[in-house]
Amino acid sequence: MFAFVIRRVTQALFVMLIISLVGFSIKNEIGDPVRDLVGERVTPAERELLRDKLGLNDPFITQYLRFAKNAAHGDLGMSFFHKKPALAVIAAKAPATLELVLGAALIIIFISLPIGVFSAIYPRSALSRFTMAFSTLGVSVPVFLTAIVLIYIFSVELNWLPSYGRGETVSLGGWDSGFFTVDGIMHLILPCFSLASIMLPLFIRLIRSEMMEVLETEYIKFAWAKGLHRKRIWFIHAFKNTLLPVITVFGVQIGIMFAFTILTETVFQWQGMGFMFLEAVERSDISLLVAYLMVVGAIFVVVNTVVDIIYGLVNPTIRIAGR
Amino acid sequence: MNRTWQRFKASYLLFSFKQDKTAIFSLAVLLVLLATGLLAPVVSPYDPYDPANVDIMNSELPPSWTQDGEAAFLLGTDIQGRDLLSTMIYGLRLSILIGFGAAVLQGFLGVVVGLLAGYLGGKIDAVLMRIADIQLSFPYLMVAIFISAIFQLAFGIGRYEDLAVPLLIVIIGLAEWPVYARTVRASVMGEKNKEYVEAARVIGLNRWRIMFRHVLPNTMTSVLVISTIQVANAIMSEAALSFLGLGMPVTKPSLGSLIRSGFEYIFSGSWWITLFPGIFLVLLVLVINLLGDWLRDVLNPKLYKG
Repeated sequence: MFAFVIRRVTQALFVMLIISLVGFSIKNEIGDPVRDLVGERVTPAERELLRDKLGLNDPFITQYLRFAKNAAHGDLGMSFFHKKPALAVIAAKAPATLELVLGAALIIIFISLPIGVFSAIYPRSALSRFTMAFSTLGVSVPVFLTAIVLIYIFSVELNWLPSYGRGETVSLGGWDSGFFTVDGIMHLILPCFSLASIMLPLFIRLIRSEMMEVLETEYIKFAWAKGLHRKRIWFIHAFKNTLLPVITVFGVQIGIMFAFTILTETVFQWQGMGFMFLEAVERSDISLLVAYLMVVGAIFVVVNTVVDIIYGLVNPTIRIAGR
Repeated sequence: MNRTWQRFKASYLLFSFKQDKTAIFSLAVLLVLLATGLLAPVVSPYDPYDPANVDIMNSELPPSWTQDGEAAFLLGTDIQGRDLLSTMIYGLRLSILIGFGAAVLQGFLGVVVGLLAGYLGGKIDAVLMRIADIQLSFPYLMVAIFISAIFQLAFGIGRYEDLAVPLLIVIIGLAEWPVYARTVRASVMGEKNKEYVEAARVIGLNRWRIMFRHVLPNTMTSVLVISTIQVANAIMSEAALSFLGLGMPVTKPSLGSLIRSGFEYIFSGSWWITLFPGIFLVLLVLVINLLGDWLRDVLNPKLYKG
């Protein structure tokens, strides 16, 4: 097990190394730190002096090592537009995105588990057929279209729910939360539902097929033969073994949801990391863009590594056969 | 040619296709959509790129069956006064072009990488698959958004918009090739120890010929199965990028950029600029996905579960 963890962590560090190389190359090729510092109104001679002083004429490797060292210390450069450290800008936007993902995850859990389990137990029922037929449709509707249709129905026509922004938030030690005010929750409903809509069909299908597979196994047949109550068989014996693969996939899909937050945040003008990223692209704020790349890359690497290690703990064949 | 046709007529593929109403319906809809898109200049009522047909006084007209609609514009007009139906058909053409183009590019990259990695093995395999694994650990949409953002900054927004079609094909192709590489590698690993490969090696064919002429055709089933899904994915990615403003410009809108420009006017009640392109997009992706589901069930029941 120890060797497995070491191998996995080395691999994660290697990936981070590559991401930082990519990030640095972007900064080096496209970005102009001198402009970030002094703007456009400085003579070329002064610029050259400044370039020398900042070490921008050093060889690539030296500059990269400096970048990596700073990054390891949590310094990812200054944002040109915000005039603040890029990491601080991202940290200020992170709660909004995390709450969006959290809300969507809760919706997915509370909707997909009951429907998935039900349609595994009664695969011929009307509800199961309906959800199966609609899951392909659900996969084919892009998330921004779902969001727009939701806005049109619930904000424009019915006027029930707000269509943009986070509403009233409460500050909990630097974390702006929308979960504790009525207004904040009202603002969360539509974005969370549209973000959840992309993952729901996948999870309902996954839970259904895993559960159906488990219901075919010997030990479940034995449990029936023993005369256990059907609820006990379904919800205790079968359900437990359904959960393991579902949890692994859930871990990975949470990461994928981060990508879709960029779309959801654009539709709802949600002041999170994805919205900030697109603003950074529009304003050519390279430092902020690279910082976002590094932060999101790090999140993915950490999540993937942790999921792998947990999976290795639960399922020993992985860590023995692993490359 | 005639023999191939005879074999196709007797095949299980055609037999199961005839049994499946959903598949027949999907293929019919897909063919209609493809024909509409490819024959856009003939089919569409107006040429939306021709300034002579655009009159700002006609902007934001609702569909013809509503109260303020005009019979000349069946589905209404967009904010610039272009006929929405024509703009949609041209947009459909761009979406199809980029979707299929990107799928071909990623298929090409992925098949070559997968074939080399699977057949040659050893260090080449380790390096290539490590790259694919690293990229696969990030969602393809994220990768596509990053690459397009970087391209936009590197090229400058004006040139990016001029080159949008080839650039989007490259972006989406680069973002999704590992899926192909993984699948092809897996089936090459299964094929390469079979007797026919051994026989080819014994009679002294060189390895490139064995790889491309003997092993490759036998991996095509799985390539075909994922290709349908990948085309649908590529069309979705293009729409997402265009919606974010990283794809096709408003002057030459794809379905995604039409939805983007319509979204700004949805609060004033102009729902049709968003809804009709949206329906087009969903229909296109849905029939491709349905065909993909059917193909997967017929060709390779064990490839996925569920």
